[in-house]
Amino acid sequence: MSRAWKFGESLNTDEIIPARFNLTIVPQELAQKVFCEVRPDFAPGVQPDDVVVADANFGCGSSREHAPIAIRGAGVKVVIAASFARIFFRNAINIGLPIMECPEAAAGISDGDEVDVDLTQGKIYNRTRGTEFQAAPLPAFVLKISEAGGIVNFLKTHDVEELTA
Amino acid sequence: MGTLVEEIFSRRLGRTVNAGEIVMVNVDAIMSHDNTTPLAIKAFSEIGKPIRDTSKIVIHFDHAYPAPNQLAAENQQKIVRFIQAQGIDNFYHRGVCHQVMIEEGYVKPGGIVIGADSHTVTYGALGCFSTGLGSSEIGAAWVTSKCWFKIPETILVRLEGNAPAGVYSKDVMLALAGQLGMDGGTYRSLEFAGSYIDALPAHARIVFSNMSVELGAKCGLIAPDQITLDYLASETKAQGPFDQFTAVNPRYERTITIDVSALQPMVACHPDVDQVKPLAEMIGLTIDQVYLGTCTNARYEDLEIAAGILKGRQVSRFTRTLITPASQTIYEKALAAGLIQIFLDAGCTVNAPGCGACIGRHGGILAPGERAFTTMNRNFIGRMGSAEAEIYLGSPAAAAATAIEGRIADPRPYLA
Repeated sequence: MSRAWKFGESLNTDEIIPARFNLTIVPQELAQKVFCEVRPDFAPGVQPDDVVVADANFGCGSSREHAPIAIRGAGVKVVIAASFARIFFRNAINIGLPIMECPEAAAGISDGDEVDVDLTQGKIYNRTRGTEFQAAPLPAFVLKISEAGGIVNFLKTHDVEELTA
Repeated sequence: MGTLVEEIFSRRLGRTVNAGEIVMVNVDAIMSHDNTTPLAIKAFSEIGKPIRDTSKIVIHFDHAYPAPNQLAAENQQKIVRFIQAQGIDNFYHRGVCHQVMIEEGYVKPGGIVIGADSHTVTYGALGCFSTGLGSSEIGAAWVTSKCWFKIPETILVRLEGNAPAGVYSKDVMLALAGQLGMDGGTYRSLEFAGSYIDALPAHARIVFSNMSVELGAKCGLIAPDQITLDYLASETKAQGPFDQFTAVNPRYERTITIDVSALQPMVACHPDVDQVKPLAEMIGLTIDQVYLGTCTNARYEDLEIAAGILKGRQVSRFTRTLITPASQTIYEKALAAGLIQIFLDAGCTVNAPGCGACIGRHGGILAPGERAFTTMNRNFIGRMGSAEAEIYLGSPAAAAATAIEGRIADPRPYLA
């Protein structure tokens, strides 16, 4: 069972991790500063397998990969959002941070709710309220990257052309 | 056939490509900078395969340059060692990466460029498809020279009419941001057209493409015309012949039309780019720091506009006024034209070209409770230092007028 940490609309990458903390690329170090300006209680309070839930346009702004790495470094199991900014979406897939796009779940989960997810089926369960949601399926080639655990792992054993083959 | 983005990819692949398709293409240049290259090196090393073509790799030092602390210095040392070990020729510390990419000739109409920086979209103003990616994909592209893209749907932005005095492309872009919102262009290509764009010089067109990402867009394109070709020939090292093309029987998802002649100077207010108001409504708000810099608005012509207002005047005593030319080339040109002397005489601080203040790294950090008026593209909370500081975005002219008065000011009375 996972606690939901709820965020609002258009949460940008500076709010996920300010640029001044991007001098490290160590996930656990980045995780200590994740959401530090907008949610100072997050880094000290987050537990492994907690979930981040947000309204539309999550991760807008910079291309910094430090943002999804910091969230993954904090042990977050999945980010569920009404929608994602495009670079964040791509980065999350590429570094192996699971994401689920589901406006209904974003609206139907409050901060502190207990949430379960089934990543392979795209199912989201709000145990606090007894509700269930279905996330949008990922395109096939995105699943290839995701299943490999990210673009780096995919390219270790595959040719890039296989993505769109 | 199709929208500009469909046309660029169709030309590249030699077949008709439509929105919604996923394509794999060779890219022309793979850009990264001191902030994003370390993670690209990590990804590249983990993949464990050789670089496909070092001539496509372009690395810039600009985000924290010269290094403001030891950690930044060590990062840059590691990058330099990597560049030396891999025999990468294209390495610059000549200013903000996007301006240097244009000046050094990596940007051409019909080109496809990727970069580990969200403002890589900047090159769309010259008819080049360009977009920001994360570092891992940049490291992957070093190995493959390729990248996948989903061809986006296009929103046509028609900008019609002549801008009144005191209204610049920044004001027009902010008006669009206020209308479309920060996710109004997500996953879309923005195509800028209309009589205002047709007559606009290339340097001013760049503002629209640069800020496309603030609306969530994948790219912001302008059809390359004679103005584009003249700019490439006179202001950049790009080698022709250059492609000239337009959208052909395009199908747009929707069209937004703005009557530019009806606009007035605009400002994006704390804390979001789409919190846009007429500047007139914010006049009088005290400002602690004015910053004229960044990939959005620190080109020679921007400095010229600001210098025209600051000439023979003094900036307010308690308003730090920072001028950061976008590149060394612009700095040299401004120096030769006497603009730098005007800034110094007015009491401004002229900084080395780079991104430092815009991302709160160095050279202009804000204290809690302070307010900055800047020519940047983003005013996110904490962007320039303290999370309790406020950032307002406007044109170079508005920045100069504000510096003089120490409060948000209308530039129009200064445009004699």
